[in-house]
Amino acid sequence: MDIERAGGRGANQLRPIDCFRDVLSRAHGSASCSQGETRVLAAVFGPKAGTKKNENPEKACIEVIWKPKTGQIGKTEKELEMILKRTLQNICLLSVHPNTTTSIIVQVVHDDGSLLPCAIHATCAALVDAGIPLKSLAVSLCCCLTESGQILLDPSKLEEQKMKAFVCLVFPSSVNSVLPEESTPATTKSTEQEIITSLTHGVMTVDDYFHCVEQGRAAVAPLSNILKKKMRSQSAGKSSKAA
Amino acid sequence: MAAASGTNDLSSEMELDAFRRLFPLSFHERHLLESIRPDGRPLGRARDTSLSLGAVASANGSALAKIGCTTMLAAIKLEVMTPTVEAPDEGCIAIDFHMPPICSPLIRPGRPAEVAPVISKQLSDTILSSGTIDLKELCLVSGKAAWMAYLDIYCLDADGALFDAALLSAVAAFSHLQIPVVSLNDDGRIVLVSEENGGSMKEKEPVNKEKIKLKMNSQPFSLTCILHKNYILADPISEEESIMETYLTVVLDTNYQLVSLNKPGGPGLASTSSIQDCIALAQKRVKELQQILSEAISDMEVD
Repeated sequence: MDIERAGGRGANQLRPIDCFRDVLSRAHGSASCSQGETRVLAAVFGPKAGTKKNENPEKACIEVIWKPKTGQIGKTEKELEMILKRTLQNICLLSVHPNTTTSIIVQVVHDDGSLLPCAIHATCAALVDAGIPLKSLAVSLCCCLTESGQILLDPSKLEEQKMKAFVCLVFPSSVNSVLPEESTPATTKSTEQEIITSLTHGVMTVDDYFHCVEQGRAAVAPLSNILKKKMRSQSAGKSSKAA
Repeated sequence: MAAASGTNDLSSEMELDAFRRLFPLSFHERHLLESIRPDGRPLGRARDTSLSLGAVASANGSALAKIGCTTMLAAIKLEVMTPTVEAPDEGCIAIDFHMPPICSPLIRPGRPAEVAPVISKQLSDTILSSGTIDLKELCLVSGKAAWMAYLDIYCLDADGALFDAALLSAVAAFSHLQIPVVSLNDDGRIVLVSEENGGSMKEKEPVNKEKIKLKMNSQPFSLTCILHKNYILADPISEEESIMETYLTVVLDTNYQLVSLNKPGGPGLASTSSIQDCIALAQKRVKELQQILSEAISDMEVD
């Protein structure tokens, strides 16, 4: 039995994504990403000299500051900062600029579900805008599980609150994902997308979790194509900001 | 590769402790090649775990959990409060995790640990979303009075796998929780019924004489594993956590349902097969922890 979603969306249908780079004039890199009604603004400053106290000076350090739309900074924001920092540690090339700090400020403009994926896309676009060296981009999505075991991708806030459980996954968006389909049948096993970050909320069976991961993997290629197209379309005639 | 051959030349001349401090990653990898860890454990085994209930006599429920050297003290205090309008017959649980400077040399008095609010939030999410405690059991008088349970967990020694030990101590403290007997007095306020008021029991009916212990549905237990190249190390110590930074925490309940699978980024990636291996290790760990918890409960009851 299929659940009806607002706006007639299918279970596998994502909301329209939009991504704008260079929205702030003073930041070294900035981007604004929206998925449906959820909107997040990210700004990047860096690399700046010196690392924080307990960090390894042989690598670049990443610092994330998460600003919620309303209210004071509490434990939720600290957790999201830690998750975002560790996810970015995976995709950034930390050994290119050792002993430096890159600060990323994430401002939530509106939260209508899938907040962390939207923030990750905005942050990646802002890092690209600032020219920070990256290994690959990160593609992220949220899926939620209904009582009947059906998986819905990209839930809105109302859907997230009603559902039994939800999973948020982040995958690296590598070159393989934009290759045409005919060239990869023999190698699909070895190029299976590995997970950078996975967070779950709510009780589910182990099989349900792996189904969500499969759905997530299937959506990586189209999602990363959309994001790359959005980022490419604005890159004409940009001068460097860091000077 | 130059670094590896350099360490090979030096290792024959260098003392073990010096090698461990100067080249920590090679030190651990040499052990991993033999499928063993520096403290002699095989890769999939967790450290010795012990539980002691009733560690804090003044609290309504408490427990001290030790996994290897990591020590957590959990205590629950109950207070009467008015329930919210949206949930008039439900109580409330407030969970807080503290890392005082005693637990680690990296934590200074003025500077709270970065990890503490994160673990605190993860604990509240796990305990509340796992459905292990039915909040309706904390209700006294519908719409007027309900219990507020303040669960405080103090880390006394931080030696890796903090979330696992904290969750274990929280679950043990809830299973030790004794809800005091209370009654509604004439002013409409809830008062504690003490042993001496035996004579006046006729006027003041105890509100909850049956509910002394909380009934817990499937309890959640967790296991943190480190993913390093192709190795999976269960229950890391703090040295392993700081060197090999990619970890994955699996929380399963006693019905083997997945309560939480948390891999917060990190330099390594997780493939489906390594996640499945971690879940298998977690399933074994759930059995061990359930046994340890039930032994601790039966030890308490004997006293």
